[in-house]
Amino acid sequence: MALLSRKERNLVLDPLTDDNPITVQVLGICSALAITAELKASVVMAVSVIAVLAVGNVVISLLRNVIPNKIRIIVQLVVIAALVILVDLILKAFAFELSKQLSVFIGLIITNCIIMGRFEAFALGNNPWHSFLDGIGNAGGYGLILIIVGFFRELLGFGTLFGYKVLGDPIEKTGLYALGYENNGFMVLSPMALIVIGIIIWVQRIKNKELIED
Amino acid sequence: MGLKQNLHKLKEKYAGTKMAPAFNAIHTFLYMPNETTRSGSHIRAADDLKRVMNTVIMALVPVLIFGIFNTGYQHYAAFDESMRLAPLQNFFTWDNFMLGLWTVLPLVLVSYGVGLAIEFVFAVINKHEVEEGYLVTGMLVPLIVPVDIPLWMLAIAVAFGVIIGKEVFGGTGMNFLNPALTIRAFLFFAYPTWMSGDKVWVHGAQEMAGQPDAISGETILGSLAQNQEVVYSLSDMFFGFIPGSIGETSTFLILLGGLFLIFTKVGSWRIMLSSVLGVLAMGLIFNSVVNAGWITPGSNFYSLMSTPFWQHLLLGGMAFGIVYMATDPVTAAQTNKGKWIYGFFIGFISIMIRVFNPAYPEGVMLAILFMNVFAPTIDHYVVKGNINKRLKRLKVKTA
Repeated sequence: MALLSRKERNLVLDPLTDDNPITVQVLGICSALAITAELKASVVMAVSVIAVLAVGNVVISLLRNVIPNKIRIIVQLVVIAALVILVDLILKAFAFELSKQLSVFIGLIITNCIIMGRFEAFALGNNPWHSFLDGIGNAGGYGLILIIVGFFRELLGFGTLFGYKVLGDPIEKTGLYALGYENNGFMVLSPMALIVIGIIIWVQRIKNKELIED
Repeated sequence: MGLKQNLHKLKEKYAGTKMAPAFNAIHTFLYMPNETTRSGSHIRAADDLKRVMNTVIMALVPVLIFGIFNTGYQHYAAFDESMRLAPLQNFFTWDNFMLGLWTVLPLVLVSYGVGLAIEFVFAVINKHEVEEGYLVTGMLVPLIVPVDIPLWMLAIAVAFGVIIGKEVFGGTGMNFLNPALTIRAFLFFAYPTWMSGDKVWVHGAQEMAGQPDAISGETILGSLAQNQEVVYSLSDMFFGFIPGSIGETSTFLILLGGLFLIFTKVGSWRIMLSSVLGVLAMGLIFNSVVNAGWITPGSNFYSLMSTPFWQHLLLGGMAFGIVYMATDPVTAAQTNKGKWIYGFFIGFISIMIRVFNPAYPEGVMLAILFMNVFAPTIDHYVVKGNINKRLKRLKVKTA
């Protein structure tokens, strides 16, 4: 017996590729540019957004029949804000260094358009279980791009991955650096994140021509 | 049967196959194509893309040769300061030429090799013709980088500039940023230690840093930005016996190249003239600020601000940028009025960046890229203004 029905599986898998929030829906670009200079920050951001969006979708879905239509945005905001504060406090308690490094960006999950977008487009009209899967899928697709961008930016910009010097030591000139390799300072600047995302979008559209807009 | 006939025959064999664009490019490069269109009405004109690009390359050749000599000259003069007392006698020597050639030629080869390879691959994949645009870009790139830039960095930058700066937008004619400057900007932000400072402008300086016989050569702009004394005479600046990027030093030869481009109507005189005016205007503003006593000699900006306004044209890549970069027909403004505005702001902003931001002593690159972005907007409003003017005239008549 399959754990998930076909529809349920698509709810999770589609946003990872052909309905990706960043590369196809073009949502949540701002944080993708801001915090992807290092892989660790990207991963934490991805996990935080998955937590907020999955739980938030369930909460909104449970409340969908009692939320008055006129004030639904403000209700959604309250739910997001509560969850984001929760994530922020958990990070402060268990990963203080990291939380200092991510500083304001965890708080800014509130403004991440993907979350509000999924509440509006999905959670308000579907049952909690489907909403949960949809949240996992969309935040996962967002996190996937974040991690890909973070991987290339940290590897080429700092020569490290998760802080480990995978390409050698730039000061003592070991590994690749002994051959005259140097870190690419442009990768650390945010314009390069935009270009890396652009390249991902380009490659994705070469593979799947249906995604090309007019 | 000569090579030409063989090529014509081969062309028929390749026609319609996947590699046809690549073959056609080589064919067109070597000979006049043997096919003519048979129907429709045509304008017969000599100035096709190939000829326009070749004209620019011809204008660049003297600059390149001078750059080769200058590379050798700067290297040897760094060891023997007395050479600088009589630059003319010590400049056009065999030693200078060989050392320069040995340093500059690899840069030219890498620039053309990587760039053309990418152009060919994209032409074959996208089934369009290989355009001649890269012939000029490939020549410009080695002329605007410091001599000792590692070849792999240049290769990466060229790949970036050609793919992201040009091919993603559809190739020659579709790019909105000057590809050569995109390449330089990439190098500048990615590897700043190889693109600025006093160790990159003279061949060998980087290798010998820290040794007892270390040499260095700061550009004039670099010295001015640090309020240091400039040791070069005005004639050195004008004729180009100074350290700098390979092709940018000789204002004299660039001026000749510029006149050649204007004479052949390949480069726009409007852009060149208005850029010069922009430089002079901003230079005069800074000079008068100094004369008014608002800036004291202790200020960080004093040396650059008090440089006589016309000398800015001799310093750094200003002249090179105005003549060869700003006039790029693809990325410049297209309307005549737009060209005046576009050019003026290039000069104006260049000097502003040059003076106010000592970290970017070379403002020309950034100013031209900046105005490249605005060129379509300028054109839009010039065209709109013209439409409005004519509409008004129409209304007056009918009323």
